[in-house]
Amino acid sequence: MKKYTDLEYLQLPKWKRLVYTLVCFVCAIPSGIWNFVKKIFTAVVGFFKAIGTECADIYFTFVNGDWKTRVSFVVMGFGSIARGQILRGLLFLAMEIIFVVYMFAGGAHWMGQLMTLGTRGPEKVYDPIMDVYNTYYHDNSFKILLYGVLTIFFIVGLIFTWRINIKQNKISQQILASGKKLKSGKDDLRSLVDDNFHATLLSLPLVGILVFTVMPMVFMILVAFTNYDSLHNGYTNNLFSWVGLESFNTMFNWTGDNVNYSVTFGEILSWTLIWAFFATFTNYFLGMGVAMMINKKGIKWKKFWRSCLVMTVAVPQFISLMYVSKMFANNGIVNGFLLDMKWISEVLPFWTDVNWARVMVIILNVWVGIPYLMLMVTGILMNIPQDLYESAKIDGANAWQQYTKITLPYMLFVTGPYLLTSFTGNMNNFNVIFLLTGGGPNMTDVPGVLGAPGETDLLVTWLFKMITTSEPAAYNLASVIGIMVFVVVAGISLVVYNVMPSIKNEEDFQ
Amino acid sequence: MMKNDNRPTLPPQAKRSLGIKATNFISNLVIYVLLTIITVIWLIPFVCIVLQSFRVESTWMVGYVLPQKWGLDNYMALFETKFPVWYMNTFLIALFTAAGQTIITLCMSYTLSRFRFKLRKPLMRFMLILGMFPGMLGMIILYNVLKDLGMTEASSVPGLILVNIASSGMGYYVSKGFFDTIPKSLDEAARIDGATRLQVLTKIILPLAKPIVIYTILTAFMAPWGDFVFARYISNNNIDGMNVAVGLYSWLNLDQINSHYTMFCAGGVLVALPVTILFMCLQKYYVEGVTGGAVKG
Repeated sequence: MKKYTDLEYLQLPKWKRLVYTLVCFVCAIPSGIWNFVKKIFTAVVGFFKAIGTECADIYFTFVNGDWKTRVSFVVMGFGSIARGQILRGLLFLAMEIIFVVYMFAGGAHWMGQLMTLGTRGPEKVYDPIMDVYNTYYHDNSFKILLYGVLTIFFIVGLIFTWRINIKQNKISQQILASGKKLKSGKDDLRSLVDDNFHATLLSLPLVGILVFTVMPMVFMILVAFTNYDSLHNGYTNNLFSWVGLESFNTMFNWTGDNVNYSVTFGEILSWTLIWAFFATFTNYFLGMGVAMMINKKGIKWKKFWRSCLVMTVAVPQFISLMYVSKMFANNGIVNGFLLDMKWISEVLPFWTDVNWARVMVIILNVWVGIPYLMLMVTGILMNIPQDLYESAKIDGANAWQQYTKITLPYMLFVTGPYLLTSFTGNMNNFNVIFLLTGGGPNMTDVPGVLGAPGETDLLVTWLFKMITTSEPAAYNLASVIGIMVFVVVAGISLVVYNVMPSIKNEEDFQ
Repeated sequence: MMKNDNRPTLPPQAKRSLGIKATNFISNLVIYVLLTIITVIWLIPFVCIVLQSFRVESTWMVGYVLPQKWGLDNYMALFETKFPVWYMNTFLIALFTAAGQTIITLCMSYTLSRFRFKLRKPLMRFMLILGMFPGMLGMIILYNVLKDLGMTEASSVPGLILVNIASSGMGYYVSKGFFDTIPKSLDEAARIDGATRLQVLTKIILPLAKPIVIYTILTAFMAPWGDFVFARYISNNNIDGMNVAVGLYSWLNLDQINSHYTMFCAGGVLVALPVTILFMCLQKYYVEGVTGGAVKG
């Protein structure tokens, strides 16, 4: 393929430029994939190299270490205490003690059962004296999985602490050998509000994220490979166990009994993408339009217009959306009004017809989303250098040209990252869909699919139905959907990140 | 005459013949008409909900807006239901969430904006990837964990507060964007004068960061009023552990809607009123937050 220089490119007619750009994009895909594979490969190699160096370092620390260092390999923090850094040493020691206690108190037990997720389910035993059946509960798969994962976290954490402990010993030894003094506990404490202030600040948020976000996610990803549902809840009825890729097989089987799942998934995914596209761009352009109208010179009561519109931001969404949803119901105000006016002879099927419902959610999303966009755009519009417009005017540009050549490119550049997050956010826009339509009208062509998916369901609302209203609640399938949402969102983000310059260079924006 | 017409309003020929003043007048007129229409459309649902909350003659959904008989019956009836409990629950959740979330978010965003440490980039990338998983997935396990701690159903308020605060570190983007705009030279100057990092934060940055602090408090306080998904799952249909969103939602079920529809409207008004007033008062800060955060991504 012929490569054009910049000058040649600019001389091309418009459609040829477009074709050229597209061809370039397509041609770049193989090399892009190749680069990606190479990157992963280097990352893997780098990972093992790093482990190698670490191991070598640990080995040499042991060989060259004095007896204090060597004892520290087993009793963490011993070296620090022996060298007078009591605070540090005690912390290391405490970590080790907590770990040992945890392992004995049950950690080892949970870990051991992690491979099977429990072997003894609840048993009904006949009691001849009382003439009743008593149920005895034994293993709990849910807890085994949960605490098993927690134990793995603990072990990884301990290995890291152990490594730091060794490094500490090595450094202390070097410092002492060169005749300098070690930091005291007081210095350590002071560094927590000074040099290591970031560690202090981050500790609390990160613990929260670790426990309440990371762990649930790891757990739920693992659930996708089990048969955990409300018929196998792991304790009171049946244990659940590892089933490998069976849940994925159910979801994506193109032949056989489960074909309905793959059909449903395809339909919902495509609607999710269509919805995200329209929800993002209708809001974006209409919001920009409204902001430009309000900000136009000579328009009065700017604050009044703005305040009226932001009502939809201020009022909690569940009130406004649920109320609006009822307004458009078959016996709601809108239909009542239209009937009274004799404009229609029978009710309009706002929520009961597929196409009506889909268009309505997009329109009502505009109602919800425009004010937010308007507030955001207003600030950015002010930042566009006014002299650009001045010179454009002198060159004879009309309003439309000014918009397409100055305002729009500037806006797109500045709000590029926002557009991406807004797109992925809309893909997961639970509130608007669930409160307006509840996912309905129901799909009729896919009987037997759990969660009773509807025509306006997004992947997340389907997921929600799977774990709440579905009979039985299919946690494993929900988890598969969640993983697929991640794959789609990550894929889109990856592509956009590599195309857009303004996200790549995070530091440039500061 | 700066950027007075960013929108196409009239074809160029008309411009030439009318002169710039007339064009401007017409385009302004068109804009006023458009804005009025938009505003009316935007406000109709809110007007309707207020009107219907005063309707006395029937409690079910009707096809007309103006009540035939006005009265406060619906508001009175609210106090005979669990609505005050829900209201209190939500208020408590909002209050504690606002306090905790603000501290956590500010810690996180300030650190990621100002400090350059080895794990910074990996950490940010990790959280970005983590954020791509639908958070709803974690509900099942969080429910079970909170159940073990005795924080679900009737006593789901502390559970919701805990989860709200603990996961708030993920939403640091907006305030990080704001901190990025405060010049670093301020920190450096203070550091040279011998201030510790802690002093830099409390004495220099925090006073400057007032808008973003208010923004964070405001959004953190408002979110629980609309929190629906998680609150519903945690409260597990227990009427004492619901927040307003879950409680009012249950009134629109098929079997309750006929007796509770106007009460839903009244409850909605009572919920929306304080939140909306608060929002309108602090609108300025909200705009700053939204603009700053969006630009930075």
